[in-house]
Amino acid sequence: MTERRAITLSINGTQYNVTVEPRRTLVDVIRDDCGQTGTHIGCEHGVCGACTVLIDGEPVRACLMFAVQADGRSIRTVEGLQQGDKLHPLQQAFMRHHALQCGFCTPGFLMLAVGALEKRPDLDDEELVDLLSANLCRCTGYENIIKAVRAAAADMKA
Amino acid sequence: MTVKPESWIGASVERIEDPPLVTGRGRFAGDMSFPHQLHMRMVRSPCAHGFIKQIDATAARALPGVAAVWTAADIADLPPIDFREGPVAKLAPFRQPVLARDRVRYVGEPVAAVFAADPYLAEDAAELVTLDIDEIDPIVDASAPPGEFAPGFTTEPTVCRQGYGDVAAAFEDAAAVVELDLSVGRHSGVPLETRGAIGRYDAARDVLELHGAAKVPHRNRECLATMLNRSTAGLHLYEGHVGGGFGIRGEIYPEDVLVLVAALRLGRPVKWLEDRREHLMAANHSRQQRHRIRAAVDAHGRLLGLDDEFFHDQGGYIRTHGARVPDMFCGILPGPYRLPHYRANGHFRLTNKTPAATYRAPGRYEANFVRERLMDAIARRLGLSRVEVRRRNLIGAHEMPYERPLTALGDEVVYDSGDYAGMLDKALARVGWDALERDVAQRRSVGEYVGLGLAVFVDKSGLGPTDGARVAVHTSGDVEVITGGASVGQGFETVMAQVCAETLGVDYRRVRVVHGRTDRIEYGIGAHAARATVMTANATAIAAANVRTKALDMAAQLMQAEPASLTIAKGSVVRSDGVGPSVSLGEIAHHLRPSSSTRGTRDPGLAADGWFTTAHMTYPYGVQIAVAAIDPGTGAVRIEKMLLAFDIGRAINPMLVRGQLLGGFAQGLGGALLEEFQYDERGQPVSVTFADYLVPTASDIPAVDVLLTEDAPSTCNPLGIKGAGEAGVAAVGAVIASAVDDALGGHGEITRLPITPQYLKAIIDARS
Repeated sequence: MTERRAITLSINGTQYNVTVEPRRTLVDVIRDDCGQTGTHIGCEHGVCGACTVLIDGEPVRACLMFAVQADGRSIRTVEGLQQGDKLHPLQQAFMRHHALQCGFCTPGFLMLAVGALEKRPDLDDEELVDLLSANLCRCTGYENIIKAVRAAAADMKA
Repeated sequence: MTVKPESWIGASVERIEDPPLVTGRGRFAGDMSFPHQLHMRMVRSPCAHGFIKQIDATAARALPGVAAVWTAADIADLPPIDFREGPVAKLAPFRQPVLARDRVRYVGEPVAAVFAADPYLAEDAAELVTLDIDEIDPIVDASAPPGEFAPGFTTEPTVCRQGYGDVAAAFEDAAAVVELDLSVGRHSGVPLETRGAIGRYDAARDVLELHGAAKVPHRNRECLATMLNRSTAGLHLYEGHVGGGFGIRGEIYPEDVLVLVAALRLGRPVKWLEDRREHLMAANHSRQQRHRIRAAVDAHGRLLGLDDEFFHDQGGYIRTHGARVPDMFCGILPGPYRLPHYRANGHFRLTNKTPAATYRAPGRYEANFVRERLMDAIARRLGLSRVEVRRRNLIGAHEMPYERPLTALGDEVVYDSGDYAGMLDKALARVGWDALERDVAQRRSVGEYVGLGLAVFVDKSGLGPTDGARVAVHTSGDVEVITGGASVGQGFETVMAQVCAETLGVDYRRVRVVHGRTDRIEYGIGAHAARATVMTANATAIAAANVRTKALDMAAQLMQAEPASLTIAKGSVVRSDGVGPSVSLGEIAHHLRPSSSTRGTRDPGLAADGWFTTAHMTYPYGVQIAVAAIDPGTGAVRIEKMLLAFDIGRAINPMLVRGQLLGGFAQGLGGALLEEFQYDERGQPVSVTFADYLVPTASDIPAVDVLLTEDAPSTCNPLGIKGAGEAGVAAVGAVIASAVDDALGGHGEITRLPITPQYLKAIIDARS
């Protein structure tokens, strides 16, 4: 397993040229090789969604993909949401609605919601709950996450 | 929020913790790394019970990049992990060794540790370690007769006994005796961040560091220093961000000890992160108990006596809490009701499962389920309504403070304040109980499985006795609150900042709060037993008041005024009448520098300590009401309506209290309907992924109504605070069981948690 491959990952617009074992997961490479530790690892079997990132605009579990599969593709992580000093409307809404406690699942929820709302800003309540059921949170009981995403959806349209 | 509220205390302001967490700049254990670090991987027992014949690590050691592989023989000088609150001779033989010595006692028990330059490599090497274990029969049922733990020791190290009065006489005098056999499943906190620890030895300072600490860094430092035979001055714990605590994170586990010892002996930092499968079989479990309980009641449904014989499934070893969970259970089982005679015998039993300890509302989730099931059964037996039987037994507001000859966590049980009947009335009115009751009865009459449930509970919080804090104003005008508290995501920093801001007259956003660092303050109680706000906030208020006094004294000299004529507003000292000049706290700090010519004989620095001591714990209370509907085809339960009514005494930040209640509720619902660590007859855990151990998702959670009251401030502390961390979860098992049972017609068929679809389907199918 020591044969390494040179790949290029574009993360939030920055090119990272890294040489990795083919077995390394995308999330490990994003965190350890590229130093972007905002994307978290909660289960490594694709259930909790803490590692959700956007690849070419689609939400993906970064623990279920090898880094070599993402070679040359455009990845967005939580570190890329803020524009200069200005927080993304979802980040603001999460703070305003107390949608995080320990904050460990938060990056995954933010990326899941960003990915969905950029494509479908008019998600109705039922679709929203369905969407957010993809990820796990152990602190909030979800109500405030749902509220925050709903509020941000309105802000993003405005 | 940009406008200053009337008072920082009581304001639902945004959290000061949030900005790094929403931008991906948190510092969780996995986010930290040190140059030249090694990665540790555990080799764990695949057997529930057996004797270790041989461990062969030759191939693993030969793998390039592997620095060491340790078994018990390599750390023979290390004692087992001790009890946090001090030695208990009777329980000592049952403590867990850091690595299994000659016997394994649960699947997942650490038997060897691999240290390698890369985490993938460490995992490869761990797979090359071969174990030869002679398997023997495991014990998987704590209510079966005890077996042998080791020669001379049975698997029942102790029986926790509490009680008072003449229980036998109470049962002789009873108009009716109600008897139940109840069980609570094995659950745990299951934080989203798995455990992580980094050990690092700084030879230049002779300091050993543990990063990834949580919950009780100061107490853990003392325990670890004793184990490692080091001075506490040369051992520091650092809490970064913690991805959920819930009682299970931040205990001393074998892996924490290993990274420290390895950092010392291998001369490199050692990082360990567990995976989810390991977490589910190695971090503390909790809750599993079986109760054979009897109640003696008079003809009016008043409790005369309670007799509970229960079996606590402790798992393979006794960990840092000793027997505190079953002992606490005994102390708080009677809850909000008068009870003349009482006896609880808790059989503390070792089995061959993951060791158990505390999980949010330990002992109380179980106690509320058991007691409230019993109250429903009494109502049914005597033909009373479930509300009426509770009302007849509730302790009255005029009886406060109410003392019971019981203890919880070593503290005499004294309910400090509360109006339980008043809370019950408020909750019933809030949901429109009578109309709801008619509605569900009507729906049941046409064949629906729908029911209404009720639970009344008292929680305990604010375990003392003493905590301190230091408040310092810097010359910039910024304020630092240095605490020995801990933050596991609950909003600790914001709450401390609000209390300090209110006392000192500054904006809470100018307050930085230090926690979880043994190198900044000598003592600390950490965050457990719903005590952080009660204890540390009161200490912070006292320290801030001391700083305020010093600031006004210095300002009085500068402003040529009497201190009594001055106040602090927006970070500056001003005259109370609003006229004349002002002096900022930063300027005052400047005047109090050691070299200042204006300081006079005052001690240098605009800073002060504050200590708070409480005589007893404080007891918040509440009522929960649920409407549950069962799908008879699948056995699935849907919660149609949910009320959490809770008296917090005084809320520092109602938004955060509500967050605690909602989050606790979700965990309680998981334990009531979904979550269970199951084992097969060979002691093999079958719930080791998130596909088997089901944590609630957004679609499992109903809309929840929260009724937060402040009717009964605590009489135990100046701020009147009671704890909020555990009340959301504590009675959820009880109320959901009550509602589901009612949906089945109210025959008392629900006797265990979790109420899984299979369990319900079997009950429903047996009818047809």
